[in-house]
Order: sequence, then structure tokens, then C-alpha cells
Amino acid sequence: MIALTWRQFRTQAALAFGLLAAIAVALAVTGPALVHLYDTSVLPCQAQGDCSLVTSAFAGRDHLLQDLGTVLVVVPGLIGLFWGAPLAARELETGTYQLAWTQGVTRKRWLAVKLGLVGLASMAVAGLLSLMVTWWSSPLDRVNTDLFAQFGQRGIVPLGYAAFAFALGVCAGLVLHRTVPAMAVTVAVFVGVRLAVTYWVRPYLFAPLHLIAGLRAPNGNGTGGGGLTPSRPGDWVLSDQVVNAAGRVIGQDGAINLGPGRLGFAFGPAGDGRVALQGVGTCPNRFPALFGAGGGQGPTPAFVRATQECVTRLGLKEVLTYQPTYRYWPLQWYETGIFAGLALILAGFCFWWLRRRYA
Amino acid sequence: MVIEFHLNARSGLSPYQQIVQQVRHALRLGLLHEGDQLPTVKDAVERLAINPNTVLKAYKELEHAGLVAARPGVGTFVTKTLSDVSLAAHGPLRQDLRRWLAQARRAGLDDESIEALFQDTFRSSAAEDVA
Amino acid sequence: MTAALAAEGLGKRYGRRWALSDCTLEVPPGRVVGLVGPNGAGKTTLLHLAVGLLRPTAGSIEVLGRPPGDNAGQIGRVGFVAQQTPVYSRLSVADHLRLGGWLNPQWDAEAARRRISQLGLDPDQRAGRLSGGERAQLALTLAVAKRPELLVLDEPVASLDPLARREFLQLLMSTVVEHEVSIVLSSHLVADLERVCDYLVVLASSRVQVAGDVDDLLAAHRRLTGPRRDPAALPADYEVIEESHTNVQSSFIVRYGGPVYDPAWTVEELSLEDVVLAYMSRARSGAGVARRGLSVLR
Repeated sequence: MIALTWRQFRTQAALAFGLLAAIAVALAVTGPALVHLYDTSVLPCQAQGDCSLVTSAFAGRDHLLQDLGTVLVVVPGLIGLFWGAPLAARELETGTYQLAWTQGVTRKRWLAVKLGLVGLASMAVAGLLSLMVTWWSSPLDRVNTDLFAQFGQRGIVPLGYAAFAFALGVCAGLVLHRTVPAMAVTVAVFVGVRLAVTYWVRPYLFAPLHLIAGLRAPNGNGTGGGGLTPSRPGDWVLSDQVVNAAGRVIGQDGAINLGPGRLGFAFGPAGDGRVALQGVGTCPNRFPALFGAGGGQGPTPAFVRATQECVTRLGLKEVLTYQPTYRYWPLQWYETGIFAGLALILAGFCFWWLRRRYA
Repeated sequence: MVIEFHLNARSGLSPYQQIVQQVRHALRLGLLHEGDQLPTVKDAVERLAINPNTVLKAYKELEHAGLVAARPGVGTFVTKTLSDVSLAAHGPLRQDLRRWLAQARRAGLDDESIEALFQDTFRSSAAEDVA
Repeated sequence: MTAALAAEGLGKRYGRRWALSDCTLEVPPGRVVGLVGPNGAGKTTLLHLAVGLLRPTAGSIEVLGRPPGDNAGQIGRVGFVAQQTPVYSRLSVADHLRLGGWLNPQWDAEAARRRISQLGLDPDQRAGRLSGGERAQLALTLAVAKRPELLVLDEPVASLDPLARREFLQLLMSTVVEHEVSIVLSSHLVADLERVCDYLVVLASSRVQVAGDVDDLLAAHRRLTGPRRDPAALPADYEVIEESHTNVQSSFIVRYGGPVYDPAWTVEELSLEDVVLAYMSRARSGAGVARRGLSVLR
């Protein structure tokens, strides 16, 4: 059965590993140059102090990385599509299952070997690709402050994605016993689960940390307040909310929620000489005249001070919810575990379905 | 191989009967002599694509009639020919036949019609089972 | 002597439709069994149940004394040639022979190779490029080389031209001569089966209509023709399978217990095709009668 699976799979394996080899060559050729550039431009600069110009110039050279990132994002889906979905579906569709299942191996063994062999190959492809991309982009990642944005393109999660997509494809093919519908279902479910985990699961796998500080008012009306940032660059900010004295969320990203689709600070007259902050309440402090002499020049420093005092005395706080950078690798492991677990469940389902439907 | 079998799907006789008939016919015509080997079951089956039991049944009947004998592991061989059964021994039958032929000619039948009439009657009387 | 195939009340349902119902059979070993019936009668279902590709909904089935199931021992004893003889189109003929060796515990590689060269097939040709007849021969070679005790074939010659059909049956019959193997093959044409089968099962309307040795079936059925008569006028141990009447004449196909004494009847033997057709049309009109509630008499 192993020999048969290999015989059926060998062209596709050759194609995949051939492409992998080509990518490896391309990366091996360009990698050292990138490291060299890093060593000569960024490192010396960082030793001396502020480097933002140099690092952004360095980071801006990552066209190849964009392509690699796309490849790595797409590869698990492709594996599910072209290696997973047809695995069982083609045999059921063309009728060759009638040949395969009456030749001396049980259906269980047939499925087990096909799942195992091609599944391992899938994980190997995804794993090797991720390894290569992670290695190549390490200089760039060192200067990158937004590591979590590329979470799905680095480390070990692509392995989990590939295992899941593959098992999903096999399952869909087995149940639908037609290759094309199985492919459609595989893509749809895979994308859905990936998105769901990225936005609803990953942020909360560990209880997020909070950073709370008094809200900084903008210079007058408009937006531009807040601006709290985590202490480590690279921490993953999940939300940046404005909270009132009672603890209720009344705005985000350093501005107050003024209505559907409108955020900002709106100070206005409140009667008997007082000023109110829209959406919050009346400012307890006194405000100077709104604009100083000279008019049209913007708010006076006194006005700005008064807005800040109002915000402070109203008890407005900015709450940053984030995951710190040191949770990056634990999150990688957990997420890989989730997808691998899903893959195992799907594989088990395949065996159950096989037994239930066909003797 | 001395003789080969063939099957006529329309002959009205079952396959095994046709085989028996073909062997007897060959014996009568002197195509088969004592000691000649009949086609092996394997060869007959391969040529005709029929059930081996059909051939075995035919050979068994021929063996019963004393015409052939099976030698296990070797084949089936002719033990007696029929060509020395003189057709002359059936004089009365021959005379009856001559008379009938004359009658048929007087009734206006040509050679073809006579043969057709004979074949038809022969076949239907073989197939009917009048109790 | 264990039956080659024994079924008791066997049934298979898909959703609400019974593809096969109440099927009871006992097929002796060492025969070439023909399974004949119209399309959709349940032949493929029965064969799939026999080789373990399907699970029964009702009743039981035993093949070579054991229930077919997902165990290697049983799978190894039964060879199967599926309808349309599917093969792996991208694998070569030689690959298929290797496949047989990889998957089967018993595999006569030498015999398979010999057969392939006898047939004139090119071992390196991709199976997808073979003609229908060549594919069927390849499938048969694969099924035979595993030395099964039972060989099951699902309409193997249905889509073959006459020459390919003849060659296939020649190969099949010489297999029977060479090895002790029971064969079950299905077809919707009686002519395919007449030469090769010595046991017949007629399947129509998802049920077994009649089953038995071909010789016994032919000996037990006759056509009676005579003046117009009611079927009730026939002796009690006669089972009317088919009847037709004109205003002066009646003709019955009967299954009978003994010789006919009434001189008014003309008694004729039937061909196998006649017998099968009689049962098949009885099955169809029987179902129709049940629906419309009319009596059989005209």
C-alpha cells in the first residue's frame, strides 16, 4: 500500500519538492546579502542611537519577502486543495475504489497509509518552507516592530495549517465523493477557520495584559488624543479604548465615540459659561476664552491646558489591551496545537465515515 | 488437433448436444480414427468460450455410448469409429425415403423446397415434446 | 459443502428506496453463476454486498462461508471486476501488475505477466489509453492473478464489441478450467450468459425471481399452447409464469411438476432467454398489478 501510494503521489511530490528546492536556492543566494546589509547599515547605527531612518530604509527593501509571505500563506490552502481533496474523492469519483478496496488491503489500511504518507509530506513541505522563510527574513524581522502581523507566515504554525487543510480536504472528498465540490468546501472552510482563529481565538489564548493611563487630550477639538503605546515595540495591541470614570468604554484609539462612524473630541458651550465635552459630560473646570487674540491661529496654550484638565478631572482613561512579545512563541505552539488537534479530529472522522458508509 | 468444435447459436440444440453431434459426425465421416485425441477441455473452452462442464458432459455421454474413453491427465481418445456402420443396413428406411421423395416431386416441390420441408420438420420434431 | 454465496432476506436501502429487498439465495460452489436482470434491478447492489463494498440494511449474506467485511483474509479470497472496469489511467499496465503484487497476499506474478503478453498488451502503456476490451482484460488479469476462490464480475462485457466480448469470455472460461474457482457474473443480456453459465439467478424489481441450475430450469419450464382457457384450468402444481390470450388461443409459460397429459396442449421446450424474459415480465407486471389493483386475467 505504501508503494502504491508513493507511485500515485510521486509526480506531485516531485513538483512540490522541486519548487521548494528552487525557492531554497533563491533564498540561499539572496540571504547572505541581506545579512550583510543588515550588519553594515543597521547594526552600527543601533549601537549609536536613533535609527528609525536607517531601519525603515532597510525594511523598505522587502519586495521578495512580500512574495514569500504570500506563498507561505497560500501553501497550506493549496495543499488542502490539491493533495487533500482529490485523495479519496478521485478514487470514489472514477470508480477505482472498487479496484483498490478488493485487492487484499482493508479500507482502514488504505486510508491510513494515504493519510499518513501524504499528510507527512504536506507537513514537511509547509514546515521546510516556513523554516526557510523564517531564516531568510530574520534580519528584517529584527527591525520589524509589528511581528504579530506576520504571525501566520513564520515559525511552526504553517505546519499546523497544512495538516488541518490536508485533513479537511480528505474529509470533504470522502464525504462528498466528488473532487471539485470537495475543493470548494475545503477552501471555504479553511479560510473561514483561519480567519476565525486569527481574530477570535488567537488574541485570547492567553488573558491579554492591560496598560491603563490617563487619557491625553488633543490640542483642542478633533482627534489626535490618546497615543498610549506599550513599553516594548512589537507588543501586539488588541485594542486601544477610552474608558470613563465609571469604567464604561466610551471611545477608542484616543477619541470619544460621538455617533455612528464618528470619533473625536468636541468641546462646546454648555450654558452658564461652562464647557461640555460631548459624549461625556460638563467639564468641572473653567475654560478661558476659546481662542486667543489673533483669531484663526488655533487654540491658545491656556485652552489646551484647560481641555487636558477637563479630561483628567472627568476621570477619562486610556486602556491598552495587548499581548506582549514574549508570548509570541507560546502562541505559535498553542495555535499549531489547535490546528493539529483539528486535523486529528478530522482524520478520526474520516475513519468513522469510511466504516459507516462502506462496510 | 484433429477436429475443432464450433457452435451454432440457432441450431436449436443445446451446446453440449452440438458437441456430441459433431463428434459423431466426424466419426461417421471418417475424420476421426481410433486412437485420435479429441480437443482437450481447455482448448475447446478457449476456442468457444463455453462452460467447461458443457464439454465434460458431452464427453461423458460419448463415453457412455462407448465411442470415446478418457485417460486422466492425458485427454480423451476415440475408441470406436462409426464409419463402419453401413448405411446400406438401413435398406427399408432408404426405400421409404425414395417413395416420399417421389411423392414430393409429384406434388410439385423443387429440390430447395424439399430440403426446406425436411429441415423444418426435422427441427420441430426434435424440439417438440408431444406426450 | 459451503455455498459460494448464501443470502438470507438480504436487503439494501438508500434513503427511502430499497435497491434490493428480501433476497434469499444459496449458490453452490464451483459453478459459473449468471446474475441477470434489467438495469436498476439491484445486480450491482447485490454484487457490492457480496464483495464487501456495501453493508446490508437488512438480512445477512455469507460468501465462502464468511460474511464479507473489511478484513484482509476475506478480501484476499474474492476477486472483483467492477462495472466499466475502472483502472488507474495514469499508471501503466505493468504498474497495475505491480499493484496487484503490493496489495495481495497471494499473487501469481508470472501468470499475470504471461497473460498480459498473450493478450498483446504493451506493459508500458498507460492504462487510460487502453481500449474498453483491453481494460476489461487487464481488470480480469488483476482479479485472477490473486488466485481467488470466488470471482465476481459486474457486467464485464456490457460495453464491449463482439470480438472483445468473445475474447474476454474465452479468458474467463479458461480460468475456470485451470483453477478451481466459483464465478458470479452479472449481465442484462441473457445471450452473454447462455454459453458460460450453469447456474442462473434472475433479479428483477429488486427481488430474486428465480434461481437454479440452468439444466434444471430448462427442464422445469415449458410453453403450453392450446385453445383459449382460464389459467385456473391448469393442474394445481403448475405455476403460471406468463400468459397471453387471443380470442381463440391461450399460451402459457409454466413451471411444472410433471409431464402434460392433455392432448389439447402443444408443449414446447424453452430457451434460457424465454425463461428469463418470462420472469422479468412477470416481475414488471406484478409490480404494476399491485399498484393498480387489477386482476391478472384478461
